[in-house]
Amino acid sequence: MVSNPAFRAVTLPDALPLDSGEVLENVSIAYETYGELADDKGNAILLCHALTGDQFVASEHPVTGKPGWWERMVGPGLPIDTNRYHVICANVIGSCMGSSGPAAHASDGKPYAMRFPVITIRDMVRGLVGLLDHLGIAQLHAVVGGSMGGMQALSLAANFPDRAARVLAIATTARHSAQNIAFHEVGRQAIMADPNWADGDYYASGSTPDSGLAVARMAAHITYLSEAGLTDKFGRRLQDRQSKSFGFDADFQVESYLRYQGSGFTRRFDANSYLYITRAMDYFDLAEECSDGKGSGLLADAFAGTPARFCLVSFDSDWLYPTSESRHVVHALNAAGAPVSFVELSAPYGHDSFLLESPELDRVVKGFIE
Amino acid sequence: MTAAPNNALRPDLAVIFDHIEPGSRALDVGCGDGILMAALRDQKQVDARGIEINGASVERCVAQGLSVVQGDADHDLTFYPDGAFDYAILSQTLQTAARPDRIMQELLRVGRRAFVSFPNFAYWRMRWALMSKGQMPVTRHLPVTWYETENIHHVTVKDFELLANDLGVAIANRWFFTQEQEIGEMGANWRAEYALFEVGRG
Repeated sequence: MVSNPAFRAVTLPDALPLDSGEVLENVSIAYETYGELADDKGNAILLCHALTGDQFVASEHPVTGKPGWWERMVGPGLPIDTNRYHVICANVIGSCMGSSGPAAHASDGKPYAMRFPVITIRDMVRGLVGLLDHLGIAQLHAVVGGSMGGMQALSLAANFPDRAARVLAIATTARHSAQNIAFHEVGRQAIMADPNWADGDYYASGSTPDSGLAVARMAAHITYLSEAGLTDKFGRRLQDRQSKSFGFDADFQVESYLRYQGSGFTRRFDANSYLYITRAMDYFDLAEECSDGKGSGLLADAFAGTPARFCLVSFDSDWLYPTSESRHVVHALNAAGAPVSFVELSAPYGHDSFLLESPELDRVVKGFIE
Repeated sequence: MTAAPNNALRPDLAVIFDHIEPGSRALDVGCGDGILMAALRDQKQVDARGIEINGASVERCVAQGLSVVQGDADHDLTFYPDGAFDYAILSQTLQTAARPDRIMQELLRVGRRAFVSFPNFAYWRMRWALMSKGQMPVTRHLPVTWYETENIHHVTVKDFELLANDLGVAIANRWFFTQEQEIGEMGANWRAEYALFEVGRG
């Protein structure tokens, strides 16, 4: 974790009731906007970011200096056209780019660390709705998200059905599978096994659990790619050498790449945030969440009577949230009578395809939003 | 967005268009690029939904603001509730289904009425090609060889009527077409290149 640049943020006036039963006070939501808000406030699009994303969707990341994470999709004349739409992207609670999370300071002036309450996807959405209330936006033109952002989009549609006219959920799922949870648990155990983690109380020590967080990122990163994509990009090629070292250095290009991904990640992300957000994703089961112990737990019931239009997009090489999970949502929306579109796009890059060059995705996004 | 004028529709689709009540709900199974759906939405304020197997076609539908789900009639109809639609439409798709009989039942489960069109394999040119050459016919309307064709259940006007009878399905209307023109009922099983039926629950 590096120093805190000044983030644009709002402190919500009301405490946030959480699914755990706890209440989060003085909730800070950091956000960025792009494009002008119309006088009637009817042209707002909320973009929801993924696990390790942030509010810098179409502007330079203040820590890494890299371009926004969806700059190819969001901007003037692009599929999500900021000449027409007012795009809002907020850092979710639990994260570490200015919104309330384990690295933020609690009322005693010290970082929450593990005192931060365990949150859910719906809690993140409650924070986002708090931001919309602050901005005076009663109904979004659209809510859009990929991966964990898609979970938020679906949760917002189910829990706050009047807040979005269109819901676009890309490469996502309505529930975390055993395999999804399993990969996340590997990551969490890697972080917690790092001596620097110190039960999460590492902020004052100057030694952060970078090794554990890097391993977590490496394991997760594999799930964002496809076997074909890895083979195509790296194969068995060696890294800067002619022959194997007969040691444990990064002989293979793929090892070098993963190490680079892991170490780069530790410079911009908080290990405790990674624990909290992966937990929220693992807890995500929209059918269960919306039954509140009363209903049948059918996903269709979560969307009953929804006035929104939906579009789901999956990628054929995505094995993290495969097409079958999108279809599961589509079938529930069919059963609920909601207008829904669904397309499986072909792309070789696995789950990350939604962030990469895809003219087909561009056309679907642009067409659905208009 | 410009609506496809009614007269730009294929003749069977134009007939379907004419017989759908304004403001109703319709499910177009195998909706292709959404030409009929767009016309129904734009000119008749129909709440139209679609199912289409081809991803590129779905993409073009979504780009027009249509609600279309990528899927196939054999599997995806089951996820719609009973009576969700006033009309279910299956144009030129019945003969590609794994179980046309089950599709028929599903159409009339999700829709009050159904429009079903299909190429008539008993069209005289078919009969003649089969008889004279002894080979599976390749015609203007069914232009693909037997090993490449998606049409796995060839059906005739007579077969369809017998199926409707077996399923207890009521035939409300029938139209026949040859060379993109509507023709009369007389000798339809010989003369019609393709047929359109409007059916209801028996």
